[in-house]
Amino acid sequence: MAGYILRRLLQAIPVLLGTTFLIYFMVFAMPGDPIVALFGDKTPPPQVIEALRERYNLDKPFIVQYLIFLGNIFTGDLGVSFSGQPVSEILMDTFPVTLRLAAMAVFFEMVAGISIGLVSGLRKGGIFDASSLVVSLILISLPIFVLAFVMQWFFGIYLGWFRTTVGPGAPTQDLILPAIVLATISFAQIVRLTRASVIDTDGQDFVRTAASKGLSRGRIVPVHILRNSLIPVVTYLAVDFGTLMVGATVTEGIFNVPGVGRTLYQAIIRGEGPTVVSFVTIMVLIYLVVNLLVDLLYAVLDPRIRYAK
Amino acid sequence: MKIKRIGVAAIALAAAGALTLSGCTSGGADPSAPAGDATAVITTNGSEPQNPLIPTNTNEVGGGKILDAIFAGLVYYDAKGAAHNDVAESIETDDAQTYTIKLKADQKFTNGEPVTANSFVDAWNYGADTANEQLSQYFFESIKGFSYEESVPELPGLTVVDDTTFTVELNQPESDFPLRLGYSAFYPLPESAFEDLATFGENPVGNGTYMLDGEGAWKHNEKIDLVVNPDYDGPRQAANGGLDIIFYASQDAAYADLQGGNLDVLDAIPDSALATFQDEFGDRSVTQAAAIFQSFTIPARLPHFSGEEGNLRRQAISMAINRDEITDVIFAGTRTPAHDFTSPVIDGYSEDIPGSEVLDYNPEEAKKLWAQADAIAPWDGTFKIAYNADGGHQAWVDAVANGLKNDLGIDAAGDPYPTFAEARTKITDRTIQTAFRSGWQADYPALFNFLGPLYGTGAGSNDGDYSNPEVDTLLKEGLAETDIAAANEKFQAAQEILFQDLPAVPLWYSTVNGAWSEVVNDVEFGWNSVPLYYQVTKSE
Repeated sequence: MAGYILRRLLQAIPVLLGTTFLIYFMVFAMPGDPIVALFGDKTPPPQVIEALRERYNLDKPFIVQYLIFLGNIFTGDLGVSFSGQPVSEILMDTFPVTLRLAAMAVFFEMVAGISIGLVSGLRKGGIFDASSLVVSLILISLPIFVLAFVMQWFFGIYLGWFRTTVGPGAPTQDLILPAIVLATISFAQIVRLTRASVIDTDGQDFVRTAASKGLSRGRIVPVHILRNSLIPVVTYLAVDFGTLMVGATVTEGIFNVPGVGRTLYQAIIRGEGPTVVSFVTIMVLIYLVVNLLVDLLYAVLDPRIRYAK
Repeated sequence: MKIKRIGVAAIALAAAGALTLSGCTSGGADPSAPAGDATAVITTNGSEPQNPLIPTNTNEVGGGKILDAIFAGLVYYDAKGAAHNDVAESIETDDAQTYTIKLKADQKFTNGEPVTANSFVDAWNYGADTANEQLSQYFFESIKGFSYEESVPELPGLTVVDDTTFTVELNQPESDFPLRLGYSAFYPLPESAFEDLATFGENPVGNGTYMLDGEGAWKHNEKIDLVVNPDYDGPRQAANGGLDIIFYASQDAAYADLQGGNLDVLDAIPDSALATFQDEFGDRSVTQAAAIFQSFTIPARLPHFSGEEGNLRRQAISMAINRDEITDVIFAGTRTPAHDFTSPVIDGYSEDIPGSEVLDYNPEEAKKLWAQADAIAPWDGTFKIAYNADGGHQAWVDAVANGLKNDLGIDAAGDPYPTFAEARTKITDRTIQTAFRSGWQADYPALFNFLGPLYGTGAGSNDGDYSNPEVDTLLKEGLAETDIAAANEKFQAAQEILFQDLPAVPLWYSTVNGAWSEVVNDVEFGWNSVPLYYQVTKSE
């Protein structure tokens, strides 16, 4: 097990180098000079442009810029945004907010999705199953911004149950609405996934064996069916969590959540290379870690899966 | 200048129509209306400053809005754009070239330091010094001794006479210099700021109506909290208890907060609500012209666009644009058709400058002029207008191009660049070989600011490389006049020539749209489209 984890961590190094290089290259290749854009429609004197370019190392060749960046990363210096704030500080400010939002969304979709999916699967073809199919199809086909605007208007403005946007400090009660929006889309997927998996497991030999041993349905369902049905669902949830962690740009924008997605979007618009690359680097790291955790979780859920040395 | 990213974000600024300033109507002075609570804090929208909060290094609205609240300059602008003394006791000159500036006595920064002549001179010297790479450096370029090439730590043109008096000597007479002094680049700095400007920019210490609510009041990407500065005794006295500026990533989110009662004053209505916000907020909304001029520039270096032939073609193109229809249909009335090269909010503006008929839609005349140009040299190729595709420009560019196709019978098309940065880079390094979208937001409320930097020979933002000695002379003469009316006459004469040459084809002026909640009163928008927060009252 330890050897497996170590091997996975070592694999992460080339992945990280490769992604940062690619991202850096793409930011670099973006047409246009961010320094010129800083001045809007005014044209600054050429000396001023030169001086600013020098300050942000934009006058150096691409590969030199990248090496400077890498060197700084290894010394723990993630650079400074145009507003003079250390990127590490921005990360510290925004990641906890996104983490809370993602955790809440995953919690909502997990609880609702798995329980409805389980019931649908066990009562395949019933009224409950049919109506959950219709509802989840509707939810899957809704673009997230439509859902976000409608929920914001209905719960925030019309009913006034929630704050329309997330207030300063991103208090947890303000995050409920955006978390529900984020959860809604994946919720439908999880219902479908759980249902299919439950139906599949229900027909397995070991379930019949358990039933013929005289075990009650109340024991078979949670221990034998549900647990064995969860593997695809857990994979999906983990990947979803990873996706949410790297920022739900649209939802964060609509609800003004001071999280990763909104910050990254603004950094891209401003052409702030260091901020963008540092954010993405951390995101890649999170993705790698989440995926590793999922693989380890398989072993817990299914005793047949073992990671050899 | 406060960049609102005319390219990227300023699709926001929109809407024309009737002026519906609340509190200005005769019925507005209702004696039974609840008086404002002097301790109530106003919440308003803003955006994360792009730079540390240092006056000479802030050139965008996000930071500018905060600086204007926490600093007091020599002068301030009222809602009409007229300048009045703030920290200055008097600003005097005989020749429009040397100014003697006297400060009011006993002014203080919020850390207790006195505001002296040195507070201004040191701050300006810092901003002007090339070594400090300040974004607003160009504001000091007319002061004697200024240089972009070498570092000048102390401008010879700035002399401290005593604690409350200093003199400014300019390179040439510039009568609108006092008008500029309300701009944030000219704010004073306390001596302690220079010990570590980076730290200062995080927790700036000013002398204005408001001050930061303690260390760390600037919560990055979230908001900044301002409270009333008890020591400020200037003309911009706060009628409320403070100002919380909340940073929004999208105008839609800010608008939803206004509707949901979480925001008091909003100074930008999202596109999605432009058609409805007036119905929803009624007399709690405003639509007024902004000091933003939109055009497209046809560089003289393009084939067929120089000399007599070029002028005929430019005039023909201008007359083939139906500005009324485009502003009406495409912008739903959120732009006002242009009648000159400046803006209606500027003192001295006139709709009827001789020659401005060239901005009226006149397809017959356009055809005639185009044919005359063809007689000089026959037209070939496609007329293209470059624009940044991330700024919502496609609709009007296509409309203009279609108009040219139909009325002049030539091939015309838009030429989109993916980003604002790319378009600006091509324009700045002169590699662009087409006409291109251009715009100007005024730095300070004066006609010259719309003309000098754009059409003076070799001027900083003269991206079309226009040059006409007559215009240069008139602009220079206008600057030398100490009487504003006389100066404006010269500037209008310069515009008459511009109507002939059309270095840029004027299109329309932007407008600002705002709305506010039921709990606030006395909301008025300034000439620069930012609400005058100090006079807003709030009752709860």
